[in-house]
Formats: sequence, structure tokens, C-alpha cells
Amino acid sequence: MHSIDWLLLLITAWLLIGLAGLIAQRNLAWVGKTLYPLGVLVGLALAGVALMAIDNKPEALVLPLGLPDLPFHLRLDALSAMFLVLLGGTAAGISIFASGYLRKGEGTAPGLQSLEYHIFLASMALVLLADDAYAFMVAWESMALSSFFLVTSDHRKPEIRHAGYLYLLIAHVGAISILLCFGVLQSSAGMGATNGVADYTFAHMRATGHDAFWGSAAFGLALFGFGAKAGLLPLHVWLPEAHPAAPSPVSAMMSGVMLKTAIYGVLRVSFDLLHQPLWWWGVAVLALGLLSALFGAIFSAVQSDMKRLLAYSSIENIGLLFVGIGLALTFQSFGMITLTALALTAVLYHCLNHAAFKSLLFLCTGSVLHATRERSLGKLGGLIHPMPWVAWLALLGVIASAGLPPLNGFVSEWLLLQAFLFSPGLPHSYINMLIPVAAAAVALTAALAGYVMVKFFAIVFLGQPREDTISQQAHDAGWLERIGLSWLAALCVLLGVLPVTVIERLDFVVRALLGAGDYTTPGDAAHSGDWLLLAPISADRASYEPLVLLLMISAVVVATFAIVRRFWHGRVRRSAAWDCGFALQTARMQDTAEGFSQPLRQVFEPFYRLKRELPTSFDRAPFYRVVVEDHFWYWLYLPVARCAEFGARLVAFLQRGRIAIYLLYSFLTLIVLLFLVRG
Amino acid sequence: MNLTTILLQFFALILAPVLAPLLTGWINQCRAWLQNRSAPPLLQPYYQLGKLFEKEVVLAHNASGVFRAAPYFIFAAMVLAATIIPTLSTDLPFGPAADAIALVGIFALARVFIALAGMDVGTSFGTLGARREMLVGFLAEPALLMSIFTASLISHSTSLSTIVDTLGHREFVIYPSLAFAGVAFTMVSLAENARIPVDNPTTHLELTMIHEAMILEYSGRHLALIEWAAALKMYAYSCLGLALFFPWGVPQDVTLSNLSLALAGLLFKLAIGGALLALIETLSAKMRIFRAPEFLGTAFMLAVLGMLVHLLLETGK
Repeated sequence: MHSIDWLLLLITAWLLIGLAGLIAQRNLAWVGKTLYPLGVLVGLALAGVALMAIDNKPEALVLPLGLPDLPFHLRLDALSAMFLVLLGGTAAGISIFASGYLRKGEGTAPGLQSLEYHIFLASMALVLLADDAYAFMVAWESMALSSFFLVTSDHRKPEIRHAGYLYLLIAHVGAISILLCFGVLQSSAGMGATNGVADYTFAHMRATGHDAFWGSAAFGLALFGFGAKAGLLPLHVWLPEAHPAAPSPVSAMMSGVMLKTAIYGVLRVSFDLLHQPLWWWGVAVLALGLLSALFGAIFSAVQSDMKRLLAYSSIENIGLLFVGIGLALTFQSFGMITLTALALTAVLYHCLNHAAFKSLLFLCTGSVLHATRERSLGKLGGLIHPMPWVAWLALLGVIASAGLPPLNGFVSEWLLLQAFLFSPGLPHSYINMLIPVAAAAVALTAALAGYVMVKFFAIVFLGQPREDTISQQAHDAGWLERIGLSWLAALCVLLGVLPVTVIERLDFVVRALLGAGDYTTPGDAAHSGDWLLLAPISADRASYEPLVLLLMISAVVVATFAIVRRFWHGRVRRSAAWDCGFALQTARMQDTAEGFSQPLRQVFEPFYRLKRELPTSFDRAPFYRVVVEDHFWYWLYLPVARCAEFGARLVAFLQRGRIAIYLLYSFLTLIVLLFLVRG
Repeated sequence: MNLTTILLQFFALILAPVLAPLLTGWINQCRAWLQNRSAPPLLQPYYQLGKLFEKEVVLAHNASGVFRAAPYFIFAAMVLAATIIPTLSTDLPFGPAADAIALVGIFALARVFIALAGMDVGTSFGTLGARREMLVGFLAEPALLMSIFTASLISHSTSLSTIVDTLGHREFVIYPSLAFAGVAFTMVSLAENARIPVDNPTTHLELTMIHEAMILEYSGRHLALIEWAAALKMYAYSCLGLALFFPWGVPQDVTLSNLSLALAGLLFKLAIGGALLALIETLSAKMRIFRAPEFLGTAFMLAVLGMLVHLLLETGK
């Protein structure tokens, strides 16, 4: 049996597990403690098979499913395999968490939710395996629909229905664009090339050459379509609505894995199907990516809902991924393949990293939500005492997400900055000037991510509880949830300290995307050098050894601790907080989420649409509120919505509600058509 | 990698914590002279550290593990940062472990830990300090990165050893880009080390303090470690500045005569740098906290300008 058959079998297993949930929909022991753990095993097996297959030759398969004369084509190559590893590995952690997370009476019945969840997983796997436009779109739409149902699990709340509607709308606008993109790709060689039947397989699209105009059209459509799924500016508005609305494992799945399928799509179309990029595609993607990254970082800093904060942080990370893709496209268009390989490695690495740390953080918010019933940062605080497991694992996620050494977020940031630093020498002098500015923006984004993550962790887990009830009812996560969180945290650490091993694997993907040629990749350096030293070009130009760094930090910490204890003493006295001798300190004097982000609101004021309600000196019940909104909503979405409504009203003029008038319309149409046909 | 270089690396590891309080003492002394005060002894910071280690630790009731672990991590991060900057030789066995970007990352790690520790007890001063520290940090970090990038563009490397080798052993050419980067770096170091005009290390006035507000709850050995780490940070930034902008006199191969010459050179350069810092601090006034983003924004712009100048004027195209 080939790897692809095994993968197909595992995907079917996911679907069967989902269907089994319908047997006893409300039985938590059956759904939670049996089916989800089975799904975990399938996820691990999927990741394992894909990891083994990453250096194999591409394998193809034609399924006897689909419409007559339109079978599904599947293909497993290095790119699909890498994203399948990401899907399987992340899904394993999230499913085991979900198995402990399910509760009675939260929205959809657990059995039905399990069906939706496993269809979601299976359809994401099929998206990654699809090798023709038809199979791809079917899988893509199943993914959108199953995730829509998962988002609206708690559909009795109007704001959740609203979030789901927005998500569905943008997902479909994107899907139309992707469909059009495939249309352009398969036909731009000239219609009728394949005796009247359009050939919709990716193999055909790969083989066809595309001229500059149609190639650009296909690329633009793909960027729009996949950008809508990924949350690229200005199609990002669904993310901060849908992520808080969904149950936490679903938010983790969507942010950690589903957004990556969009990245997969962009890579598939721009590096595999269209293999001759133009330089301005790269610059456009770079600019959009930078805007998204900065926008996401600036907005996540001012959120006061912990899941919205993480959703905006996802926009930031997606932005960074697009920055990498833009750089890679620019380099490739100028034939600088070694640098393309470096930028692509950074992108692929960051996909893995973001999947690990963002799902970890979303799951942590899930535990906090269950323990406190509270999502608003302004009411949490001090949770490290009642929930130490969640807090310490979240700290790992926070360090990874802030891009700090020695964890994983830093590795991909480092690779990306290296790609920028080695870029001078582009033949286009204006682009050359743009590079330092772009590098500065990336550095600024990374620093802002640190701000955001300190805010997230410190306000939720440190300090004193901002509401009395919080600390009394809070409890730590159950053991299944702890396993899920620990698995993802372990991935963060491993990806952080063993970059060379990871890059050796990613090398197969990079080589598959770039084809044969005379160039070196970061993987080559990894093959030749020792397994500790990450040096993408050569060791005296840039190098990084995270494991050595980690060991050195630990050694100094242990040595310092031992020396301090040996020569001095370990005396500790507990007392009230000092706070400059102020005795009337209460929990309400700490910074709230709004307070912590106040400096940023001041620095970046033009970016926000602020509504403030300030108390006056004479208020009996002083009231302070600040609402931060998105300019795009008012500048782009509402005008478009108004235009659509106006158009609908014009059409509604025809709708008179009397059968005689409708018959008249049919009659007139018939006459007009007859006139046309006659000629 | 041979025994001598490993010994030398170990020597650098010990030298940094030993020398760092001396630099702080020297700066304080210079500042006192410039301000016409009678100066504290040069070794005053060591006396303070010793005293603090002797004292017992008073912890707030709700201080968590983060609060107790943070001083050790911050201290370790700063020792490491000071160690990987080539000060005595460019042939360091730990050199490849972290390049300039990783160095900035280590500084950021320490900043995140100190801010988290500041928020841990949940007092109004602690959170205020942490918020301000992160405000300074999110602008200072990219500015620092950009000014290092200018130097690495010139030497085609982000490895600190290679940067020092290339810049130290070239024929004397004035790079305008390095001048921009140098100004930016100076501004960033003032802000990052809690110096006037951004912060004032000598007051506990709520309107002005950043660093002191965060560490207000610390006492005893924890406070000693934090103060020591602050001294180490000052030392590391000074060494980094010397490595990037005055790299002359750092030998490539290690012999006893080379080493003693390098050590003397380092002490001399640090003494001059410390005196200049005291001069800057004496001549300027503390800014309002909301002027700090403008100050750091200027540093950021200057650093980016440095890179642009390098690309426009110095690449020879």
C-alpha cells in the first residue's frame, strides 16, 4: 500500500468517527471519552505517515467518486505532506483537549458537534491532497461549511449568529474568487485545447504556460480568494468575530490549521501551478503582508477580550507569512533562487510554529473560560494560583508567540530577518530601497507582539483577581486537557530547540517547489553541518544554536541559585505588598486591559476609530468606557453593504407580488429571446 | 575550538558580572563630580549588592512562582548577553550560538520577564512600570535591531565576531551610515538602561519612574540579582556599542600579551564611554513619559535612515 492509500484510509476513519457520534448524541462518555481519543490516534497516524512520505516521489490517485467523467484526482507531494503533518500533529493536541473540554448543555449536542469537527478535519486533509479544481473546491466548501456549523455551536446568541453569517459570507466571496482563478488557470492556454472538455486537473494547469496578463489575473484571484480565508487585509474582519464565537478547540483548529490551508493554497498556486512569478506580484504580497502584520499587532494590543486579542494576533502572524511569501516571489522573479529557498523555509517554518503556539494559547483561553465563565480581560487576574498548569503552559506559548529565544517563534522570525538582510543586490533599485523599510516594519511588529503577549499573560494570570468570584470558582484544567496543552507546548519547545532537524525535513518541500537547479538551500547547510548549528548560508555570516543557548541559560540559572544559597541564606518572609507604603491598595487599582494598552492607543491613535465615554467630576455614578473599532468596517464594508442594498432595492422594483406581472415578464423575455435567436 | 578559547570564554563569563558593577560605580562617580557633589566610592555598587544578599526576602502574599523565578532568569539572560559580545577576542566558542538578532532576542526575553514580574503582585506601581517598560521596549527593540543591521550590512554578516573582525580590521573609512546607526544606538541605550532623559534611576517619583516602579516589590537577594542584572545590561550595551562602532583592538588570536592589551583597551574604552554617559545625563533633562515614544521614534527613523544611506551611497551601485 502506498502512503496516499494509508492517508485516504485515515481520512475515512475520521469521517466514520464523526458519524459514530450520531449513535448517542448526548452521551459524553461515548463522544468525549471514546470518539475524540480515537480521533487523536488517527491524527497522530496521519502526521506520522505524512512525515514518512515527505521525501518520497509524488504519488497520485484517481478516486471513482464525483460526477460522471469528473473523477476526483488526489496527489501527495512534499508540500501536501508537510501541511498534513501540521494538520495531524495539531489536531492530535486539540482533539485530546476537546475530549476533556466537552460539557453538557453548551450549544450543539456533543455527538453532532463531533461529526462537524471530524468532517472539518477530514475536509482539511482532502484540501491538502486534492489534485484537481473540482475535488479542491468540494473539499474547500465542506471545510467552510463544517467550520461554519462549528462556529455557530451556540447559535441561540444573536452575536454568534451574526459572527457566523459574516464568516460564511466572506468565505464564499473568497471561494468564488478561487473558482475563477482555477478557471483562468485551466483555460488560458486557449479554449478547446483538449477537444472541448475542459481539463481541470492541476497537472494540466501546471503544464500550461500563462502569459503575463492571464497569469497575473489568476494570481490576483488566488490572492483574493485565499487571502479571504487567511484573514489578509482588508478581508480580515471575520477573524475577530468568528474566533471568539466558536468553542475554544474550534478557534484553535481554525486559527492554528485552517488559516494554514489558505497559505497552502497560495503556495500551491504561485509556486507550483504558476511557475514564472512577476516581480510586482511579490512586492504587492509583501506590502499587503506588512500592512496586515502591523494592523494585527496594533489592534491586538488594544483588545479587552482575550480571544479577540488572539484573533488579531493571528492576523499579524498571517501578515508575517505573506511577507515571507512576497519576499520569496520577488527573489524568484529575479532568479535569486538561494534567497527564495531561505524565505520559503522561513514561511514553512512559521506555519508550523504558529500552528503550535496559537492553538496552545486558544486552548488555554478555553480552560480559563470554563474555569471562570469570563472572556473579558478586565474581570480576570491572578489565575496562576488556582490554575498553575494552564498558567505555566500558557507562559511557554506566550514566549513562543512573542518571538523570544529559545522557543520556536524566534526561529522563523530569525530566518525571515536573515532573508531581508541578505537581500541587498536586487537588480531593481526601488525595491532595494523598500527592503530596509520592510525589515523595520517586521522588527516593529515582532516587538509589538511582545507587548501584546505580556498584556495577555499578565492580565489573565498574574496580579490579583479583578472580581472576587473569579478566584473562588476557578479550578485547574482536567488531566485530558493538560495532556493536550502539554503536547502543544512540547511542540513549541522542540520546534524551538531543534531547528536544524526540522529544516532538513522542510528542505524536501522547498526543493519540490523550486524544482531542479543550481542553488543552495538552508537544508543543504543543515545536511553538511552539525545538527546543533543553524546556519542558513554559512556560519560566519549568521548562525544560531538554540539548544546551546537554552543549556547555557539553564546552567547560569542553576549556578546562580546554588551560589546564592551556598553563600547567603534562603530566608523568606511573607507580608502585605509594599507599593511605596500605600496601605489601601485594592485589586481595582491594577491596570485593566484598557489601562495597559493606553500608551499604544495614544501612539497609534489615527489607526483606531475610538469612542470614549469619560466621567465628569460631578457624576454620581462615574462611568468610563472606551470602544476601539476598525476603520475598514466604516470605510469599506458598510459602503459595499449599502451599495448591495441599493442594488437589491432596484431589483425589488420588479417584484410586484402579482402573478399577472410575472407572466408578463416571462412573455417579454420569450419575445426578446426569439428575436435574438432568429438572427 | 581548543582549550585556550574555552578558558577565555569562561573568563569572559566571570569577567562580565565582576566588572559590571564597577562600570555603574564609575558612572555614578563621574556624575557626582559633574554635578559638583562629593562622589560615592567606586566600589559602592558592590557594597550594596553584598548588603542586599545579606537581607531577608519579603514577599507579598500573592507573589507567584513567576515573581520568584524572574530575577534568576533576568540575571542569567544578562550574563549570557554580556558573554556573547566579543570584547576580548573574536574567537569565542559560544560565538556561533547566538548572533546579533539572537542577542536582541535575549534582551527582549529579559524585558518580558521583568515586566511580568512587575505585574505579578498586582500593585498600581508595578503595573504602571511594566506598561511603561513595554512602551519603551516596543520602540527601542526595532531601533536597536536596525542599527545593528546597518553594521551587519557593511560586514555582510549578523555574527558579532565577524562584524567586529570586519569593522576592526578594515582601512579607516568613514561610513555615514554607521554615524546614523551610532546616534540611534546611543539613544536606544539611554532608554533601555533607564537613564535620563527617558527614565531616572535615582528617583522614586511616580510621574517619572519606569524601571524602579517595576522592581518596587523586590527585596533581599532578589533585588540584588535584579540590580546586578541592570548593571550587567549597562555593561552589555556599552560593550555592544564598542563592538559595533569602536571595534579596534579586539584580537583574533589569543595570546597572553594580546589578551592583556585587549583587557586594558576594554577598560579604557569603558571608562571613556561611562564618562560620556554621565555627561549626557548631566546635560539633559528628564522628558515627560509621552515624549519617550517621540524620542525613540526618532532613534528608529535614524537607524532606518542609516540602512538606506548604506544602500544608496556605500554599495557602489
